[in-house]
Amino acid sequence: MKKSVFLGAMTVAGLAAGAAAAATLDDVKARGKLNCGVTTGLVGFAAPDANGNWDGFDVGFCRAVAAAVLNDPNAVEFVPTTGKTRFTALASGEIDTLARNTTWTFSRDVDLKFEFVGVNYYDGQGFIVPKELGVSSAKELDGATVCIQTGTTTELNLADFFRKNNISYEPVPIETNAEAQPLYLEGACDTYTTDASGLAATRAAFENPQDHVVLPEIISKEPLGPLVRHGDNDWGDINRWVLNALIAAEEYGVTSANVDELASGTDNPEINRLLGTEGNLGEMLGLDADWAARTIKAVGNYGELFEKHIGENTPVGLSRGLNAQWTDGGLMYAPPFR
Amino acid sequence: MSTISDPPAESFRLSQLINDTRYRSITFQFVALVLLIFAMAYLGLNLVQNLAAAGLNISFDFLGEPAGYDINQTLIDYTSQSSHWRATMVGVLNTMLVAILGCIMATVIGVFVGVLRLSPNWLVRKLMSIYVEIFRNVPVLIWILIIMAVFVAVLPQPRDFRGDDATASMVWGAFAFTGRGFYAPLPLFGPGSAVVVAVFVASLIGIVFYRRHTTKKLYDEGVLLPRTWPSVALFFVPVLLAFFVMGQPITLEYPALKGFNFQGGIFMRNSLIALWFALSIYTAAFIAENVRAGILAVSKGQTEAAASLGLRPNRIMNLVVLPQALRVIIPPLISQYLNLTKNSSLAIAVGYMDLTGTLGGITLNQTGRAIECVLLLMLFYLTISLGISAIMNVYNNAVKLKER
Repeated sequence: MKKSVFLGAMTVAGLAAGAAAAATLDDVKARGKLNCGVTTGLVGFAAPDANGNWDGFDVGFCRAVAAAVLNDPNAVEFVPTTGKTRFTALASGEIDTLARNTTWTFSRDVDLKFEFVGVNYYDGQGFIVPKELGVSSAKELDGATVCIQTGTTTELNLADFFRKNNISYEPVPIETNAEAQPLYLEGACDTYTTDASGLAATRAAFENPQDHVVLPEIISKEPLGPLVRHGDNDWGDINRWVLNALIAAEEYGVTSANVDELASGTDNPEINRLLGTEGNLGEMLGLDADWAARTIKAVGNYGELFEKHIGENTPVGLSRGLNAQWTDGGLMYAPPFR
Repeated sequence: MSTISDPPAESFRLSQLINDTRYRSITFQFVALVLLIFAMAYLGLNLVQNLAAAGLNISFDFLGEPAGYDINQTLIDYTSQSSHWRATMVGVLNTMLVAILGCIMATVIGVFVGVLRLSPNWLVRKLMSIYVEIFRNVPVLIWILIIMAVFVAVLPQPRDFRGDDATASMVWGAFAFTGRGFYAPLPLFGPGSAVVVAVFVASLIGIVFYRRHTTKKLYDEGVLLPRTWPSVALFFVPVLLAFFVMGQPITLEYPALKGFNFQGGIFMRNSLIALWFALSIYTAAFIAENVRAGILAVSKGQTEAAASLGLRPNRIMNLVVLPQALRVIIPPLISQYLNLTKNSSLAIAVGYMDLTGTLGGITLNQTGRAIECVLLLMLFYLTISLGISAIMNVYNNAVKLKER
């Protein structure tokens, strides 16, 4: 099965790479749909709801891009990808944008020829254990059986962490989050490790979330962000500035509720430029003047997205922490719109 | 007098390539070959051009770099600092391990079921056909997943062995059957154990020679010597004598619950067991049909002739039918072995780190060298498969009908 996926992807890579090198923006417009790569299902980040509509934090970014480019947040074809298939899917042109809590690393950016357009979630790798094990620190995990989602940076972090602390472990590589859950819950693994946000999302789906704890150690830096193919800078710019628009909108207090009102003009030039009533930023991107206003109206600003899908009042229950605006002591900082 | 003139000398004309049946097939094959070469060249060139356009190249240098990830089941020394090539070798060995174990078990089950499908007993016959129909008509991936899920859910986990109110306990204090795998005592070979091992090997050889001797005696002189008890005696007595004479050099290391897991002893992971078992019972269903076909291919007259000589049914099967059936069974059996080996690439579904899991999985993903990794994967699977074919063909030549 896996081999055929690779071979298929390879064939697609061989045949489609020529086409993919052309302007992605034109392709998306001609198609009338954005092909957006997401996870195969991670509550809060990207998962189909009861009606089969994709919903979540990463899904919100896909919809934001679709709203900016196609004027329709629903004009998105969501392509579920695993940790293993995501890069091939993007490189081959099967998807235009990958928003799949993917860690921005040097080799992915430089060697794999991708373009990370920013960071939409600052994360770190953590461990979840059942409370009854009585483990309070990851350093007590000597000899433990650890379930890992394969094809991610987590494997390398894990190997480094255990080597650094000179303790042993038994890795159990698992293809998807969904397959890892039953193994962990049945006790075939003592602990499950992935990004802390993913752990919170996974725990939210458990029957008894309070029986499991996320250990305090965060063993790596995981800046998660959307990415596009190397080489199409215009498309990269659109994705980068859609993300920045969402972040800047929160900073300036533009929300999905008041964006219509503010779009008729304010006395803050920064907001005016963002929403297209002043300057020609949209034109520079090859979009309409009100691209950012549409985006914010469709999915809300960064803070709204966060609170709606993964915030403290959701089952995932993540606090803003590092992901607060820079004005609140976090790392979210959009470059100026001018 | 008549003169016979020579037939007109044939001059070759180009149109003969199409019109003459002697050349036509060669022409068509040649054209097809050229087209094929062009198609492959086009695809290859297209790939190279597109890679160049994307600024990528084909390079196998990554194989020498440290892999950076750990593998649970390693038959050779491996750490996360070993190279990707080493990780690949670990994967190759894991693939070969499960393939060889699977082929052996599938053959045993397959022959057993195939023979029983022809049983005169209605119930046994029907049960075996139900087995065959169920197992060969459900995809093997589903079997692997089901067996793993049942394995993990049904068997107790190490934590169930812990504490005063443990719900599970070890069998004879030596074996632990957990959802993570099976633990068994590991023999430790102390000084002097080489003698014991040598005696054991010598007695095995002795058993083979003794049995040959009895067969020869039976055929040449018609004297039937006892075979079972001398074999058993040869198996146990010298080894036990050597063991105690050398002062019990071989001891057992028992698995014990330490920390999160059992430590010590031999550990057989749940992923290996689930994969092995699933591949075996799935392939065995096909082998059973091959065996049945082979047996049915032996003329009924052979069975009746053997019976009229006074042979008992199991002797008829072993001495008359199966040796003749083998030449029908072996060729399709080779394909089944190859299928099993290739199906083992589904291992990642249960987290077994085979070749597809290491080279085609983590290495591919970490280095992003998809084309190189897939080419290597194809090369390795091709090599393993050709190896199995070669060995089985040698065996096939040994058992096939000798034509003189």
